Amino acid sequence: MIPILQLLLRLGCWLLLAPLLPGIINKVKAWVAGRRGPPVLQLYYDLAKLWKKGVVMSTLASPAFVMLPAVAWVAVFGAAMLVPLGPAGAGLSFRGDALLMLYLLALARFCTAWAAMETGSAFEGMGAVREVSYAVLAEAAMVAAVLSLSVQTGSISLVTMLAPSVGACAGLLAAGLFIVLLAENCRVPFDDPNTHLELTMIHEVMVLDHSGPPLAAILHGAAMKLLLFAVVLAQAVLPMDHLRPLGAAGLLAGSVLLVTVAVGLVESLLARFAFRRVPLLLTTAFLLCLFALLVAWKGGMP
Amino acid sequence: MSASTPFALMANATSLPWAEVPAWPVVDFVRATGIELARGARLCSLFGVPEGDAVQLVAVLAFDADSTLAVGRSRTFTGTFPSLTATHPQAHLFEREVWEQHQVMPEGHPWLKPVRLTNGDAPANGGFFRVDGGEIHEVAVGPVHAGIIEPGHFRFQCAGEDVLHLEIALGYQHRGIEEALIGGPHRATLIQMETIAGDTSIAHATAYAGLMEALAESEAPLRAQWLRAIALELERLANHTGDIGALAGDVAFLPTAAACGKIRGDFLNLTALLCGNRFGRGLVRPGGCCHDLEPARAAQLLERLTTALADTEQAVAWMWDAASVRARFENVGIVHPAQAIGIGLVGPAARACGLVRDVRYDHPAGWHRFGQAPVAVWPGGDVFARTRVRSLEIRRSGELLREHLATPVEGEVRGDLAAPAPDTLAVSLVEGWRGEACHVALTDATGRFRRYKITDPSFHNWMGLALALRGTAISDFPICNKSFGLSYCGFDL
Repeated sequence: MIPILQLLLRLGCWLLLAPLLPGIINKVKAWVAGRRGPPVLQLYYDLAKLWKKGVVMSTLASPAFVMLPAVAWVAVFGAAMLVPLGPAGAGLSFRGDALLMLYLLALARFCTAWAAMETGSAFEGMGAVREVSYAVLAEAAMVAAVLSLSVQTGSISLVTMLAPSVGACAGLLAAGLFIVLLAENCRVPFDDPNTHLELTMIHEVMVLDHSGPPLAAILHGAAMKLLLFAVVLAQAVLPMDHLRPLGAAGLLAGSVLLVTVAVGLVESLLARFAFRRVPLLLTTAFLLCLFALLVAWKGGMP
Repeated sequence: MSASTPFALMANATSLPWAEVPAWPVVDFVRATGIELARGARLCSLFGVPEGDAVQLVAVLAFDADSTLAVGRSRTFTGTFPSLTATHPQAHLFEREVWEQHQVMPEGHPWLKPVRLTNGDAPANGGFFRVDGGEIHEVAVGPVHAGIIEPGHFRFQCAGEDVLHLEIALGYQHRGIEEALIGGPHRATLIQMETIAGDTSIAHATAYAGLMEALAESEAPLRAQWLRAIALELERLANHTGDIGALAGDVAFLPTAAACGKIRGDFLNLTALLCGNRFGRGLVRPGGCCHDLEPARAAQLLERLTTALADTEQAVAWMWDAASVRARFENVGIVHPAQAIGIGLVGPAARACGLVRDVRYDHPAGWHRFGQAPVAVWPGGDVFARTRVRSLEIRRSGELLREHLATPVEGEVRGDLAAPAPDTLAVSLVEGWRGEACHVALTDATGRFRRYKITDPSFHNWMGLALALRGTAISDFPICNKSFGLSYCGFDL
């Protein structure tokens, strides 16, 4: 395929398709609850609306308050460009890009937490503390997952790592990564994206004081992050290297949709956890990924 | 137990000539009240009656086990009176209120600050208790909240995620209802009663109607009492269902949240079927009811009620079957029975501490004298128990309603009502869905209201929420708050 077409395809996927995922989740939730629910394209409307609005700044906040969401968005976008999209490949690929992806995601989190503390609000400080504490455990699980993929394929480049199926440890890895996806994207049972209760929020409370285009960047970045985790999960588990481009694209799209619907179902059928029980579930995710690593490491031996 | 008291005894929804209410010097009055509270009486209301520049205190006590109310008063005094709060915490808000309204000082009150007094545009409720220490952080929530709820301010002292202390400051919706009632009843009085707390319209209107009938020394026709009992249970069903749905929503359990939100509307529509208004406004009038329930509509009511009850049963069962929900509710926001007795909790919050405390059962008036309500009690005092009591009450209210509807009384729904007797004190308690609504009226020589005291159940129960939060994670505040389900405007009056 022509490189420029591939690039456009990738940009289109990451920038234009990402906001579809939250819409699908909300539709699934509405469907399970017997409601009609907001339109699938609601996030697109919201982004367009926010883009036209002005920015309200706290008198306490420095200009960093507006810049940090942009930095966070660029970091997530950069991480997304490193992740291969089935036949469309990755925007950029080199030895060790898996590590860069992890660091870019950490940078995005750092920026969001910093911006949250800019306002000096007690709520947002609490949200930042929670986000960063749980990230310690979620990142451990993610690192274990990347390591197991790396051991399996003998590579630390995402394109090579994600192409074949992980084989024996696929189930472990899928379960571990799905929990990490829920935690990293602030879905039930870790966080409740629908709640209006500031005291119980994690991610939502950190962005309470943002408005206008910075808020649009945050919302779009969150959608992109969700897509990123869904794509990584699908490709880590499924064999993508033996399929024809169209088949691979279809399989990828289908599995991302499946993950999205699964998130919606989890959110419909499970209450969120009390904060004190969150570390337990994240540790479970870490252990699942760790066992995947063990299987990948020792499983190949006779 | 009540037989040996020096207080004047009376039953719920009856009146007593003011001259027959025993009066003591204020020090003796406070001591006598303390003695009665110490041997198990409950403080329903404590308020001042102004007399020139001086004031008399009046206490209304309830002996639940004897189904008896007791009233006593102090002689007129100015200046100070000894505080009961240190030994009987249930008096603390009443004493603050007396201090604020009548400029008499409860000496020895540990936390004397205004209840509803305004300072400019906002209530003068500042001056919060603070915990010192570098590790402590203070979280201020409200009065403007993220959801569509009433205004109130919550001040948390936290160590990390744990709440050490919560102080609740209300008064943002003070409308001056009690002041407006003096010299009444006016044409607007009934409307004001129905809007003390909009979700408790029927309970407050029934309490007021009971009071007016007691002052006229008459009773509403039996059929009207029957209708009021039906409306009261419908109000309970709608609000309990709504609260259970909201509790499920607060822990992000969507099936029950969505279903209960819808069923609450079904119950509200049943009230509308009864009287044309979803919140029961315009149904209860002193002397009777304004609407009748013809057999055809009664049959329709019963049919729709049966469906709605079955739906509720199902929706609530989903929640109890979900381990993730139970894990959120159990052992969260505990109020111990001793605390509940000490601060005088009422309603489902008290019954969730294992206390058998229900006006319909303890102090039956109106139709409840004939069709007694079973009391739903659950031990534990946590969010789970409060939710459980609600779900039990939904079931029992449903059974009670079916029973009532199956045994209609013939007759008029409205009778003539005589003018209120002069210089008379009347007390009326009604078990609203939140708990005991207490109305006390004192008439002057011409039979107009000299003093009208309203005590919404929320007035007793907000302190319970503050206690429940001690040692609880701050992220569990919303479910604790919702499990009490208190009214801001009922408190603010």
